[in-house]
Amino acid sequence: MVTERQVWEALGEIPDPEIPVISLVDLGVIRSVDVSGEQVRIEFTPTFLGCPALEVMRDAMTERIAALGAKPDVQVITDDSWSTDRITPAGREKLRAGGLAPPTPRANGGPQLVQLQSNAFRCPYCGSRDTALENIFGPTPCRSVRYCRSCRQPFEQFKTL
Amino acid sequence: MNAQALLELADDELILGWRNSEWTGIAPLLEEDVAFSSIAQNEIGHARALYELAARELGTTADELAFDRSPEEYRCSKLVQLRLVPDWASTVARHCIYERADQARIEALKEAGDAEVAGLAAKIDREEAYHRMHAEMWSVRLKNEPRFTAALAELEPLFDERDEHLPELTELWEEMTMVRRSLAGATW
Repeated sequence: MVTERQVWEALGEIPDPEIPVISLVDLGVIRSVDVSGEQVRIEFTPTFLGCPALEVMRDAMTERIAALGAKPDVQVITDDSWSTDRITPAGREKLRAGGLAPPTPRANGGPQLVQLQSNAFRCPYCGSRDTALENIFGPTPCRSVRYCRSCRQPFEQFKTL
Repeated sequence: MNAQALLELADDELILGWRNSEWTGIAPLLEEDVAFSSIAQNEIGHARALYELAARELGTTADELAFDRSPEEYRCSKLVQLRLVPDWASTVARHCIYERADQARIEALKEAGDAEVAGLAAKIDREEAYHRMHAEMWSVRLKNEPRFTAALAELEPLFDERDEHLPELTELWEEMTMVRRSLAGATW
């Protein structure tokens, strides 16, 4: 009989398909795990609705749960329960170490242009706050592109959502 | 929730997503190539989630709603139907007009009695915040550019026009549904 803890551990080994330094559990997208006999029901929330990795994540979870000998039921929940504040502290550190600046905490009312253009963002390489917004958008929907004036490198910034 | 209201929003997002994607590879700045491609991906993602909700109510599927209706059945605004390539000033003007009008609509949906619709609207709104910031940045940059201000005045009234379609919607529809029509009933 599979336990809830085994399920969380298995899910913690699945890397995000687009940001493999972080697991789905660290990303905070697993909303709930419910074990009932052989059935394992997982509710997970997409980061961005247009995320092309959605199906890949769902299939990876289904496969892992089946490998534990249980019957998976993975549900995609498109409500408002995920925000970047749900990324775990360990996940944030893994992002930074991987060269992707972690999101700033979500302030009341969400992000503002004036904030993106301010020095509230640290370079993940040298830690300087002397960074500039290059592009609100980046290689995936969840990232912006910034430039560090101290170490003169562009870097990717996880958007606050 | 009225499925027709969801379809109106979903059709706008799908068609605008397609129009925005027409800038992929040819925008006047590399950064805008990235931006419009990313915005297009978000809009089409929103359309998919909205079609899924509407499909449940109508007893069909999101793909059928997106691709198996005839052009006349779409409920999208004339504003999003326009093919604007290579007119960058008009494209930015449309972006600004659309994001403002869309914000009001999304805010109203967040208050909807239907919890699923309200939850989805709130999620969409988090993403749209970045589209609005991008539009805001451009409207500041181009505020004294006559081609931009003229386009704003010309395009503004089109958002509420939905009853008649432009011929270019049919052209887009032909392209958008070409693969699906070529092998009707195929599963991939």
